[in-house]
Amino acid sequence: MKFPYSETVLEHFRHPRNVGKIENADGKAIEGSPACGDMVAVYISVDPNTNKLTDIKFESYGCASNIATGSIITELAKGRTLDEAKKITWKQASEALGGLPKIKVHCSVLAVEGLRSAIENYEERHGLVKEKKPTTVEVVRKRLKKVMNPMAGLDLVRTNLVRDIEVKDGTVRVVIDLPPDHQFASAIKQEIMEKIEPLWDVKEVTVEFEG
Amino acid sequence: MLDRQQVYLDNSAATRLDERVLEAMKPYFFDKYAVATSEFAYSQGIEAREVLDGAREALAVAIGAAPEEFIFTSGSTESSNIALKGVALALGSRKGNHLIVSKIEDFPVLNSTRALEKQGFQVTYLDVDSDGFVNLDKLRDSITNETILVSIQHANQEIGTIQDIENIGRICHEKGVLFHTDATHTFPRITLDVRRIPVDLITVSAHTIHGPKGMGGLYIRQGTRIAKWVDGGFQEFDLRAGLENIPGAVGFVKAIELVTPEETGQLQAMRDRIIDRILSEIPDTTLNGHRWKRLPQNANISFHFIEGESITLHLDMHGFAVSTGSACFSRSLEGSHVIFGIGGDHERVHGSIRFTFGRYNTMEDVDAVVRTLAEVARELRSISPLGKEEKEG
Repeated sequence: MKFPYSETVLEHFRHPRNVGKIENADGKAIEGSPACGDMVAVYISVDPNTNKLTDIKFESYGCASNIATGSIITELAKGRTLDEAKKITWKQASEALGGLPKIKVHCSVLAVEGLRSAIENYEERHGLVKEKKPTTVEVVRKRLKKVMNPMAGLDLVRTNLVRDIEVKDGTVRVVIDLPPDHQFASAIKQEIMEKIEPLWDVKEVTVEFEG
Repeated sequence: MLDRQQVYLDNSAATRLDERVLEAMKPYFFDKYAVATSEFAYSQGIEAREVLDGAREALAVAIGAAPEEFIFTSGSTESSNIALKGVALALGSRKGNHLIVSKIEDFPVLNSTRALEKQGFQVTYLDVDSDGFVNLDKLRDSITNETILVSIQHANQEIGTIQDIENIGRICHEKGVLFHTDATHTFPRITLDVRRIPVDLITVSAHTIHGPKGMGGLYIRQGTRIAKWVDGGFQEFDLRAGLENIPGAVGFVKAIELVTPEETGQLQAMRDRIIDRILSEIPDTTLNGHRWKRLPQNANISFHFIEGESITLHLDMHGFAVSTGSACFSRSLEGSHVIFGIGGDHERVHGSIRFTFGRYNTMEDVDAVVRTLAEVARELRSISPLGKEEKEG
């Protein structure tokens, strides 16, 4: 039989390592959404004395390359320091898997981003952000690029759903160009809160729907 | 099952050729390989003409048409291209520039209308309801004085929904508009008689009924204005140029002869069993398409919280071939327009699996794939971040 993936990808796909949730994780992140076809959640435990990843787990909704990449990054990252783990690239993950089809880059890159975001989430929550850049409209916009518009399968910014962003004294206000009773309004609101709230200088996030 | 390694449940994509079809075709590759175009040059050409005419007559009879109303093509893609572009070319400057199709047509129709839009034609893409049906009143309201052609499939390639083409045709004819239907997945299992159903053009193909690939046909009702789209020689009543595929035509006829109502009944029994078993035994599953008004050989089910390419790959490793509407499966990375069309969200699209049965499948195949699917769904759900909150809560 022939498969479109390498032996290693298939092995990780069939027997993914470190699957699951960590209850009370020190850091966590979700990248992607059902709308883009793939979604990965990464949970980490960190030893605050050594700054090493003592545990890492992932969950995946996605195709074989997404599952396999999620699995391999947990192996690559476990036991590393946060700084080392942050530097793991998609290329390294792909090489460790014996290569991935080009067309599958977008599905597999999510896991790598998931790991970085989980580490950032830990750093933000534990006051470890080295350069404390103040949150600006641009910072918020960049984060909103990771929130999916479920109707289009593309992010909110690209699909012009972000009507307005205001940042003032630790309060962030985001206005979305959809009616408040839209079927995806609450899901979008929740995703926005999850992306913006952890920023170190943000005290309050409000999401409004006007459409 | 023929090969222990593989249970093939993707018979709407391709079917295994029936040996009897191959046997019927063989003489026309080796002993009688002349083409009908040579009928005035030598006797083999005359024989080829007779064989081709005989095949044409058999195809025409199968839909209640006259032989001169049926042309052979290289398959349903070409047939639908000829139907849409041929009519547009013939009537575009004469009658109007508007066409109507459903949103869930297969790509030969949808991409022909997109190509025509670039040439300045206007196209209405009709919505369908949650089962995939076109609304007849909306169709009637969409027809204008400019409308030249309505193209609505006989049954859907993915979710199997069978349209009410009799009433669709009636509306078209009341309004004086031509009606084309893509019958790739229904012919000849579901009767379509042009003496009873007001349809002007029908796309058919041999590849869905254990016939040869690269063989199809187009019914063109007498008097239909249609321009030649494939240029070259004068074959097929000067409507479609190209060397006559005589072995293919003979194989097509044999393939039709071998389709029986009993066999179609068996496929339907497999369909009903897989639908009933999956919906009752595997949680969080949704049937796509109508429960009864669907192709006898088609089941399409969405598995929530998990993604289709992962499901198909797991099934493949267990020896089952199926297809999915997931974006990850397609080269274009676009999810199924059909399941979006019936109002499915992304998760329902990406988790959809199509099972299509054929002559070489058995009830044991159905039971085996359901068993494996239950395991695969459980495994993939155990690693999915979705669906957990609902269960915990």
